Amino acid sequence: MANIQEKISKLFPQVTFAQTDVLEMTVADEQWHDLAHALRHDPELSFDFLVTIAGMDWKENGLGCIYELVATSRNERVSVKVMATGDREKPFIHSVHDLWAIATVYEREVYDYFGIIFVNNPDMRRLFLNIDWKGYPLRKDYNADPAVNPVSIENERQTDFTDTWVERDGKIVKEERRIFQPDDFVVNIGPQHPATHGVLRFRTAVDGEIIKKIDLYLGYIHRGVEKICEVDTYPQTLHFMDRLDYFSAHPYHHCLCMLYEEAMGIQISRRAQVIRVLMDELSRIASHCLFFGTYCMDLGATTMLFYTLRVREQILDIMEKTCGARMTFNYDCIGGVMQDLHPDFVKDVHALLDVLPANIKEYNKIFTGNVIARDRMEDVGVLTREDAISWAVTGPNGRGSGWACDVRKTFPYSIYSELEFDEIVRTEGDAMARFKVRMDEMVQSARIIAQLIDNIPDGEYCVKVPKVVKLPAGHWFKMVEGCRGTFGIYLESDGTTSPYRLKIVPPCLPAAAVVDHITCGQKIADLITIGGSMDYIVPDIDR
Amino acid sequence: MQDLSVGTAWIHSFLLGYMPEWLAVTLECLLVGVGLMLLYAVLALFYILFERKVCAYFQCRLGPNRVGPWGLLQSVADMFKILIKELISLNHIDKFLFALAPYLVIIASMLAFAVLPWGNGLQIIDFNVGIFFLLAVSSIGVLGILLAGWSSNNKFTLIGALRSGAQMVSYELSMGLCVVTMVVMAGSMSVTDIVMAQEHLWFIFSGHVPAIIAFVIFMIAGTAETNRGPFDLPEAESELTAGYHTEYSGIHFGFFYLAEYLNLFIVSGVAALLFFGGWMPLHIPGFDAFNNIMDYIPSVVWFIAKAVALSFIIIWFKWTFPRLRIDQLLTLEWKYLLPINLFNLVLMVIVVTYSLYL
Repeated sequence: MANIQEKISKLFPQVTFAQTDVLEMTVADEQWHDLAHALRHDPELSFDFLVTIAGMDWKENGLGCIYELVATSRNERVSVKVMATGDREKPFIHSVHDLWAIATVYEREVYDYFGIIFVNNPDMRRLFLNIDWKGYPLRKDYNADPAVNPVSIENERQTDFTDTWVERDGKIVKEERRIFQPDDFVVNIGPQHPATHGVLRFRTAVDGEIIKKIDLYLGYIHRGVEKICEVDTYPQTLHFMDRLDYFSAHPYHHCLCMLYEEAMGIQISRRAQVIRVLMDELSRIASHCLFFGTYCMDLGATTMLFYTLRVREQILDIMEKTCGARMTFNYDCIGGVMQDLHPDFVKDVHALLDVLPANIKEYNKIFTGNVIARDRMEDVGVLTREDAISWAVTGPNGRGSGWACDVRKTFPYSIYSELEFDEIVRTEGDAMARFKVRMDEMVQSARIIAQLIDNIPDGEYCVKVPKVVKLPAGHWFKMVEGCRGTFGIYLESDGTTSPYRLKIVPPCLPAAAVVDHITCGQKIADLITIGGSMDYIVPDIDR
Repeated sequence: MQDLSVGTAWIHSFLLGYMPEWLAVTLECLLVGVGLMLLYAVLALFYILFERKVCAYFQCRLGPNRVGPWGLLQSVADMFKILIKELISLNHIDKFLFALAPYLVIIASMLAFAVLPWGNGLQIIDFNVGIFFLLAVSSIGVLGILLAGWSSNNKFTLIGALRSGAQMVSYELSMGLCVVTMVVMAGSMSVTDIVMAQEHLWFIFSGHVPAIIAFVIFMIAGTAETNRGPFDLPEAESELTAGYHTEYSGIHFGFFYLAEYLNLFIVSGVAALLFFGGWMPLHIPGFDAFNNIMDYIPSVVWFIAKAVALSFIIIWFKWTFPRLRIDQLLTLEWKYLLPINLFNLVLMVIVVTYSLYL
């Protein structure tokens, strides 16, 4: 890390450094793009994975962004703080969409929440909120009066245009760009559509059966979780985590709890850690089961859904006994878990492990080898490894493209470093690869569970934590391997009882954003195949 | 074997005793029409229940089991519901074509009923190009689907209709060629003659290799013709919501729904006619005792049982296979089925010319 600091300070003497658990840099906007270029393309640095852009409002200290970057070749993370130029009316930061493709979408999100304009980003629309929304909700001086943004009874205004800010002769000017051409045949897939798995909307320009362009339109289930978290106490924020990826809530809870525990310096018991990992892996199996079912249904094979849901039901029954709920568990809490394991837990999990291999064999028999299924999935929606990293497509999708991005291996947390399991990586990058990665991951999850289930250590399931949870001033970033990819949380605290800023990094947003890139030129039916194989979940995207 | 034409002839002469011939014929036509309608409704109800039960068992479920014993009244209740539903009127559509489309679809499938060999002597019209007539009327259905998709003024329905057009026109070729292959075998286009030609042995056995090839292709093409999975692209739920009938409601939607099930019956019925002897009982040359016993089973039962058994296979396809993509669908037809079919036709001609059949 020291040599990175040396190297950068030689190139950019104005950059200031700080060292927490990772190297942190602070840079003004004027030098940001050059620094970003060096970070991305210098062979010794090569930070090719942009994890997130967290917009920040430091009140009188101005607006800015935190960029979390990872070098995938050596699993090293740095964090860059960029201060915006201009006043609060029109703050500017230069776009890095030419270096990391996913920045196109992440920058739109920051613009939506903070009003920071990214110069040269080709598409500076809001991402989640209405076109007509007034104000930028995550700014600290935002006026949340309902009179400013009344609930509209009119249809949302639609437009085929987008804005872009470019530098002309040293001045930053606004230009209008077309999203669709006037003679495009645009089919509206979503927000109410059987195959979008929630209220996701693709505005799709088609030429006959061929897809020309997809415009991703988000925000139909946007609930402002990040905003709500800023007014809640720390324990209250936990409950929003299982409203994101509601099919597999445990890893998300796990992430936020770990982050709080790290910030407070709490050491949780071994028993609680084992229970959390068990629950994470059970969630993973349940979530992948649901993926097979719904994916096969998207492809027209309805029957598979019922076969996979049988296993999922079994897992949900186990969860229900211990957590008291089947979907929104609220099980992990600061200091451990809410309740001890149900007495039947070990027995039930053994029963699950007994039936799982036979079930997976059956799925492969009925579906994977089927000639129609193979024709539909093979060589469809090929995502190369470079594109996967550039678009930050993590999880099984990234691993299907040959990118070993499993956080359990790259940045081990909890007790994962002690466990034996393989990271499944396939190189084809097509829909079939993503499908098979998930199939094999179920086996690996079962392997982890089998290692733990018979030796759950005794001890307290939850350690004592202060009644009023207060975090010291500072900032933290934590990543876990959710069932759909890398889930991260950036937290900034000012020493009070609620977060100053809590930024959620959803794995599904890149997965949905990349659909346009890999679908153009393919058929309408392939859009369904690709969208299904990405396995995104809309509440996770919209938050 | 009982000849049911004796009964129909008796009715005709009975009526002639009381009224002039024109009135008798009109009355008979009316009776046949009412009977057909009833049969149509009953068959549709049966098929809906049948499919729901079969698919439920494939999916480890029980299927409808609340209304009536074993859920028998479920589809009756469903029919009642669909009859009393509102026909939602839409703006910006071609109202006349929109209303016409479901009737075209249902008329096409109803006309096809006229030439099916229901039983020995139980056929509504029997003329020398019966099977040709059947092919002709069944292609009216695609017109209804195209109209429905076009007149709805909706992008999904339009794509569904275009897919349907491409699909049905392509697969009609295969179906037609399969029929021609079997007509070569039978030496006649009359439905009665085709059935009678299978008196000693069903074509699927006597025609051996070419007949079996024709049968397999016919089942594939038939599934595609009826827009059923894995060829249900025109109404691919996960892609086009409900395809060409997205905008329809109430009984107009019901017509599409009924026509789909009845087309399933018609395709299975034609397959039964061409390959499994229509109403002809199973006869094996040389086993006279067996043949006599088989003759005791009424011919109507034979026909319906064969048709339902073949429908079961088509339903089985639907609930097992994923859906094809449009280009794969057309590739299958134009690059595989059609050449095989043409080759098969030549093979059948050779078999017939050199009397190689059993």
